[in-house]
Amino acid sequence: MKRFALLFTFLLALSLLASACAPVTPVTSTAPENPNIILATTTSTQDSGLLDVLVPLFEEQSGYAVQTIAVGTGAALAMGQEGNADVLLVHAPAAELPLMESGDCKDRFLVMHNDFAIVGPASDPAGIRGKTTATEALALIAESEATFISRGDDSGTNKKERALWTDTDYSPNDTKPAWYVESGQGMGNTLMIASEKAAYTMTDRATFLANQENLDLEILVEGDEVLLNVYHVMTVNPEKSNAINYTGALAFANFLIDPATQDVIREFGVEKFGQPLFFPDADKTDADLGL
Amino acid sequence: MFNAEVFQITILSLQISALATGLSLFIGLPLGTWLALGKFPGRSFLLSMVNTGMGLPPVVVGLFVAMMLWRSGPLGNLQLIYTPAAIIIAQVVISFPVVTGLTAAALQALDPRLILQLYGLGASQMQMIWMLWKEARLPLLAALMAGFGSVISEVGASMMVGGNIRYQTRVLTTAIVLETGKGNFDVAIALGLLLLTITFLVNWALTWIQQRSARR
Repeated sequence: MKRFALLFTFLLALSLLASACAPVTPVTSTAPENPNIILATTTSTQDSGLLDVLVPLFEEQSGYAVQTIAVGTGAALAMGQEGNADVLLVHAPAAELPLMESGDCKDRFLVMHNDFAIVGPASDPAGIRGKTTATEALALIAESEATFISRGDDSGTNKKERALWTDTDYSPNDTKPAWYVESGQGMGNTLMIASEKAAYTMTDRATFLANQENLDLEILVEGDEVLLNVYHVMTVNPEKSNAINYTGALAFANFLIDPATQDVIREFGVEKFGQPLFFPDADKTDADLGL
Repeated sequence: MFNAEVFQITILSLQISALATGLSLFIGLPLGTWLALGKFPGRSFLLSMVNTGMGLPPVVVGLFVAMMLWRSGPLGNLQLIYTPAAIIIAQVVISFPVVTGLTAAALQALDPRLILQLYGLGASQMQMIWMLWKEARLPLLAALMAGFGSVISEVGASMMVGGNIRYQTRVLTTAIVLETGKGNFDVAIALGLLLLTITFLVNWALTWIQQRSARR
């Protein structure tokens, strides 16, 4: 038994050593007391490359080190609720509000939006091309029983899609007809599946543009006000646990809504895709975006 | 694309998986020997548990380790979640049953008369175990290779407990998932080939040691 106790101690010591070897936080003159913050966010902000621009900028300006965990919005909100993250950057307004009411999160600021679009094969078997409302397009897909790929992963995009179906006379999410396929994967993979199956899906514009060259899909319906994809930053309530770095979380939130950062967001992707991927909104209110 | 970042990711993957395999050997070799040679009640039950552990799904291990290490979990105060140490812990949990199970199988395949003979020659218990390890060195090296293979190629646990954080916990497998999600299939394939090459080189080195000792 003694040998095993020794082994265990050795293992623990090694793991502590390994964590001590973890990359050292950049030290600046204004080095904060607790420099580590955990940001829980959605795959779309990471897959589009936006965070690769914003996070280093923030780390350089503030001296904080940000650990970015990219998961679905459902998981990101759960991490906030459990106090496993300090700050959240998410896009499911209806699911965000309960966390503010319950006191799980403390501050919430409007950061930016981009938009969703309904994409599908060029042949467009359901004939949705050019329809002006998402509701009309989804109803046509359901009527013609054309294959539709849903994320099915409780992400922000998935929550949005399910909300859109409730405005139609169809509820494939409950009845699970054969034409309604749930991929259970991220947006990039779901677009690939839709492309291979010549099916329809709903996607955020940023991920679609980033993957476009690999896809046989076209944007068929866009521009409807309900298709806005609105991002908020939320700080987790420090009363939940001593481990929460509220000062750092608030610094990151304030960084995102700072006018200089908002300009960076506006410019992001213009060079590569010829159009912006995100539209800064810090000077607007939820009401301006129809929330 | 073979820039400094890819180099850093590769080195990190190798460091994490090598350390995890080393720790698995440290636990698995004595434990497997004990299970193979010991005579005590519940031994075959423990062996069955270890053999089941050889097929543990990495993503389940990841979830379990993450729940332990999250701030809300019992070991949250250690602040290990989303660090390389967290990945090492998860990978040890994945690979030590592999090393343990294959060590036990290797030693049990030896001729039981060998132990009697060694005792007859006056060997102490430690000397006897040492001789058995030397005798079984070929399957033991195979156990080491299997342990390394199970962790360098694993993605579910690394993603969950490491978080795929750039410059900190992004390893080759999680980088491949990320690049696939971004639609950069060419980069994902290049990283995949890099991973295969590294796994091959490590196994080549171990096989060389194994076969050299076989000829002796």
